[in-house]
Amino acid sequence: MNRAAIDLWVGIFVAIGLAALLFLALKVGNLSASDVGETYVLEARFDNIGGLKVRAPVKSAGVVVGRVGEIRFDAENYVALVSLRIDRRYRFPRDTFATINTSGLLGEQYVGLDVGGETEMLKDGETLKKTQSAMVLEKLIGQFMFNKAAEEDVKK
Amino acid sequence: MSLAGLLRRLGAQVTGRIWRLGFASRFLLMTLLYSGMALRRLQLTLREIYFTGVLSLIIILVSGLFVGMVLGLQGYDTLQRYGSSEALGVLVALSLVRELGPVVAALLFASRAGSAITAEIGLMKATEQLSAMEMMAVNPIARVVAPRFWAGVVSMPLLAALFSALGVIGGYLVGVRLIGVDEGAFWSQMQAAVDFRQDIMNGVIKSAVFGAIVSWIAVFEGYDAEPTAEGVSRATTRTVVTSSLAILAADFVLTAFMFRGI
Repeated sequence: MNRAAIDLWVGIFVAIGLAALLFLALKVGNLSASDVGETYVLEARFDNIGGLKVRAPVKSAGVVVGRVGEIRFDAENYVALVSLRIDRRYRFPRDTFATINTSGLLGEQYVGLDVGGETEMLKDGETLKKTQSAMVLEKLIGQFMFNKAAEEDVKK
Repeated sequence: MSLAGLLRRLGAQVTGRIWRLGFASRFLLMTLLYSGMALRRLQLTLREIYFTGVLSLIIILVSGLFVGMVLGLQGYDTLQRYGSSEALGVLVALSLVRELGPVVAALLFASRAGSAITAEIGLMKATEQLSAMEMMAVNPIARVVAPRFWAGVVSMPLLAALFSALGVIGGYLVGVRLIGVDEGAFWSQMQAAVDFRQDIMNGVIKSAVFGAIVSWIAVFEGYDAEPTAEGVSRATTRTVVTSSLAILAADFVLTAFMFRGI
């Protein structure tokens, strides 16, 4: 095996190896998704974030417009302080409503932004005034059972 | 045999093992210290990449394809019971990229290339080629060992990436083409679930570590082999056994560190 042939084969090997990595990054992974774009930060306070995780998607009208950046606990007001990194291309009015939703019955949780009607837009670092907490399944079931029991009592 | 004799044998065994481990560590340090030549005379390393990487391509590609196809079949069988056969892409891609790609490729690499490296260096020692090199003031660690070590470290991530990519294609062929899972859901759910840094880069790091482990064990066992035909054969067997166990143990440790937060 002479030198040129070895060089050629090693070249082919490295090239297809890198091509495989590129295939994994672009086709299998989500490197091409909008994670890399420029972002600005909006803050939101929630009474209960349920199972929301850092890097969970922020969606408006079902489209991913950003990611959850940081989740902290506000020790003064006893609420969760969530910072949302929103894509610079998208602007939201001041009365935008942030909710924590679940995709599917048991799917991952994400932040949904419901847009209001005001003309003034939110700026970097501002706080969303209106929020709705995550639905906690246990609480829902508890409420349901409590209501059922109350109905039974009324029947008697 | 008396109790003292038994204890002495046990002690000798333990000291022998520890001494060997220390020797192996010093040997790795020497290899790293003398790596300058492997990088300066790149041709030496390229030659070894040809022997360890290029010649392992066929076995890696074919096994990757079949592992992916089996994952497609088995995964579909289980997932369709829960009515979520569209998640097949996620299952195939995550299991390949995170675990099966690096680990199985490294196991194949250990048996295909690691054993060959050990046998080659062991035979060079048995035929006194290494001593001859020393006689000519050529450092055998710089000339023989370091290029083989670095060739393994470079080849392994590429082979693992190829294994995973072929596996995903195999899963696609069986899942989408043969069984008829929806193609759009297969790819889009996969892309939504597989994270580049968290999953793919961690897989690459894993396979680079495995490459270093396998190459280290292979060159060390070859260098340390008893210079007889029997000694070389024993060293080759030890390479495959030790590096397989080391890969699986290292995989556990790396996984525990990488995916702890999930």
